[in-house]
Amino acid sequence: MAASSPRNPPPLPGADNQDPLSEMADEDSDEGEDIFVGNSNPVAESFQTDTANGEEPADLFSEEEISTTVNSSITTTKSNGVHSDNENDLFAEASVELSMENPSTIARENPTTTAKTSGAEFTPSRTQTQPKSIEQLEEDKDEDSFDMDVAVTNPEKIGDGMNAYIAYKVSTRTTLPMFKNRTFSVWRRFSDFLGLYEKLSVKHSLNGCIIPPPPEKSIVGMTKVKVGKEDSSSADFVETRRAALERYLQRVVCHPSLLQDPDVREFLERDELPRAVGTHTLSGAGFLKMINRASDAVSKMTVKISDSDAWFDNKLQEVESEELQLRKLHAVVESLVNHRKELCGNTAVFAKSMAMLGNSEDNTALSRALSQLAEVEDKMETLHQEQAASDFFILAELLADYIRLLGAVRGCFEQRMKTWQRWQEAQSTLQKKREVEAKLLWANKPDKLQQAKEEITEWEGKVTQYERDFDRISVTVRKEFLRFEKEKSKDFKSQIVKYLESLLQSQQRLVKFWEAFLPEAKAIG
Amino acid sequence: VRSCVEPQIEEDYQAVNVDLQTDATLQVDISDALSERDKVKFTVHTKSTLPNFKQNEFSVVRQHEEFIWLHDSFVENEEYAGYIIPPAPPRPDFDASREKLQKLGEGEGSMTKEEFTKMKQELEAEYLAIFKKTVAMHEVFLCRVAAHPVLRKDMNFHVFLEYNQDLSVRGKNKREKMEDFFKNVVKSADGVLVAGVKDVDDFFEHEKTFLLEYHNRVKDASSKSDRMIRSHKSAADDINRIASTLYTLGTQDSTDVCKFFLKVSELFEKTRKIEARVAADEDLKLADLLKYYLRESQAAKDLLYRRGRALVDYENANKALDKARAKNKDVLQAETSQQVCCQKFEKISESAKQELIDFKTRRVAAFRKNLVELAELELKHAKGNLQLLQSCVGVLKGDT
Repeated sequence: MAASSPRNPPPLPGADNQDPLSEMADEDSDEGEDIFVGNSNPVAESFQTDTANGEEPADLFSEEEISTTVNSSITTTKSNGVHSDNENDLFAEASVELSMENPSTIARENPTTTAKTSGAEFTPSRTQTQPKSIEQLEEDKDEDSFDMDVAVTNPEKIGDGMNAYIAYKVSTRTTLPMFKNRTFSVWRRFSDFLGLYEKLSVKHSLNGCIIPPPPEKSIVGMTKVKVGKEDSSSADFVETRRAALERYLQRVVCHPSLLQDPDVREFLERDELPRAVGTHTLSGAGFLKMINRASDAVSKMTVKISDSDAWFDNKLQEVESEELQLRKLHAVVESLVNHRKELCGNTAVFAKSMAMLGNSEDNTALSRALSQLAEVEDKMETLHQEQAASDFFILAELLADYIRLLGAVRGCFEQRMKTWQRWQEAQSTLQKKREVEAKLLWANKPDKLQQAKEEITEWEGKVTQYERDFDRISVTVRKEFLRFEKEKSKDFKSQIVKYLESLLQSQQRLVKFWEAFLPEAKAIG
Repeated sequence: VRSCVEPQIEEDYQAVNVDLQTDATLQVDISDALSERDKVKFTVHTKSTLPNFKQNEFSVVRQHEEFIWLHDSFVENEEYAGYIIPPAPPRPDFDASREKLQKLGEGEGSMTKEEFTKMKQELEAEYLAIFKKTVAMHEVFLCRVAAHPVLRKDMNFHVFLEYNQDLSVRGKNKREKMEDFFKNVVKSADGVLVAGVKDVDDFFEHEKTFLLEYHNRVKDASSKSDRMIRSHKSAADDINRIASTLYTLGTQDSTDVCKFFLKVSELFEKTRKIEARVAADEDLKLADLLKYYLRESQAAKDLLYRRGRALVDYENANKALDKARAKNKDVLQAETSQQVCCQKFEKISESAKQELIDFKTRRVAAFRKNLVELAELELKHAKGNLQLLQSCVGVLKGDT
């Protein structure tokens, strides 16, 4: 596998020296993906040179910048996602490859690292980027200008009875060359989305990636649809799910590494997807729970590993308290949605009774005014209904998404702890082996000694590897977390502003309604 | 809780009935009120140039039961059969509010200090609002009586206003309440019978049909408006909690997004107050208006019933007279009886007509005033909300 073709990041649109290796080799899919993919023109240019030299440009495209104190050779510059930041000082080779499995990949990394170090063009940037701090990382402008649009539309009920399901149209519009076409669409069902999540989880969650979770399964909701209940609640359910699936996909393709995953491409492109099995028993949440349960014991550990670990501890605490608040907020927003729906119903009923009263009233002008009032109340009903929809689709669902995402983030941190624990255990095993060896030396048993020495070597190797794994996952988790924070900040801001704008429009319409009514009221008498 | 009756509410209730407080010979108001554990004490203040009062200005303390006593004395007085008796004020009901305050106290542990203080303030404001309303409703009753050309001269009314001792009007005991209950049953059964009698007079026949339908529809509208306003208040409460939670989220850090949360929290605090005001104004201008006219239309129906009853009595007396004349037995007695019934009926009819016309005038005026004010307030609040939202969105967008 060492010689397998490298993972090439999709070059920028318009970059004229397209790397010939733009076709991702699918055999790499089972290897740890290089998540530090990014591209900027300077990188592309310099890497063109490398390819020319027949070197493996491979997993060295990283523009992530995370100053780690763990390993000085692991310095990566910042970038975000698939597209460039236009700063020129932002590239260095990535030395962190996220494969965990075999030492051979690590071995692969080393020679290329050293080879790269000699690259003159890199050195200045390396020294430049080294001192760049986390804070700067957070402040750097994040141009998430993706040339990638996915939409989930046209839910259609296929089949009848209990075997029926909803098929959704997944449409992609992109200029990324890794796709066969610019615009294409496929039909997918809910279990396909869950299947995608599971595949991604299996591959990436152990690396510390934050995998966006899909929406929850809902037996009640789906049964209604299957049974053919044609009412507003099942229509709402389908719409809620469609929107949630769309957001889920959008998050997946926003993630620079996940986008590279061939499963994602297959999901978006391939006409017929093999039926995802096991998802009928295992939903996205269930899978996550499974991972989390395994690392639950680990998360209880409060041992501080190193100085930089305080960062992780703090962030985890922040995540936990934020999740708590979001849950609270979500509950209140749901209450608001319900009260608004109630208000909507009560307003409609009141409008009718007002109309009746207007009919009874024998003073003509008053009768007319009362009827007009009834009409205003009728319009308010529509307003309340739309507002309740806004409350739900913009606000409540945003909160629900982030509650799920924060769960995924926690899982990520727990993965890291699990890795740390493995390293620690290896170290203690190694220690034990050494003790055994010492005893054997003293007892003078040469044959067993040989075995002991072999075991020591083996475990020394493991310790080294696990340590590296831990360092790697720490870097990844940190990077992922910062990326997540940025996205979250953007998401919340944009969605809340959207929500406020919907409130604004409601008030504007309200003003119109009452302005129209006022002269009618004044005309009584 | 003491209340100096908020002039605004007072005005609103006065305006439900126009032409009040214009007469210097007798002016009545409730200048103060005190809420004790399970009763409210109203300070009834009178200013009068009438000679029958000992002083020109004086105050007494009255409780709800005494108002009811006064109202009932009007109803039971045959002389007033031909008038719309101003409806009795509803009993002060703080139960719901007290319950909420109690629940809040119990749930104190589960919320932050800020939340608790906020909710407590909310509930206290609600309590105060209910208190003010009940004061206003009692005042309106007195003012209506004082404005009525005949009722204002009533002896019981003067005693009510002037006698500075306890009127010893105990609330009705169980037996009396049962008696009342049966009386009402009989009355409504009778009412149905009486209503079934077709009236020769077109005016009254029309009024009968009209009032019956109107009363039912006002009742319906009143209960539906209550429900609607309750939902509105609940939604405003939710926005309050959203504001609090956003505030907590915003204070956890000083990142960009946290500052954002704080701004939005502040916005929601303000819009929530406006929403609560909208609900309160709808309550005052719409729900209370409907409730009042529910009671007044009932009083008008009662008048029609009394007249109908008198008509039936009159017609029966006529029949009895004919019968007596035919048998030539007890003719004088029958004649006297018939005359009495006739006079009673005609007296009621005469005043009833005027009363019903006045009722219409009052109703139209009250609806006009309240609907105009409702529209103006709704507009004001919507514009206020709009401005808040516009400026906040502007700031937030500018920051991003």
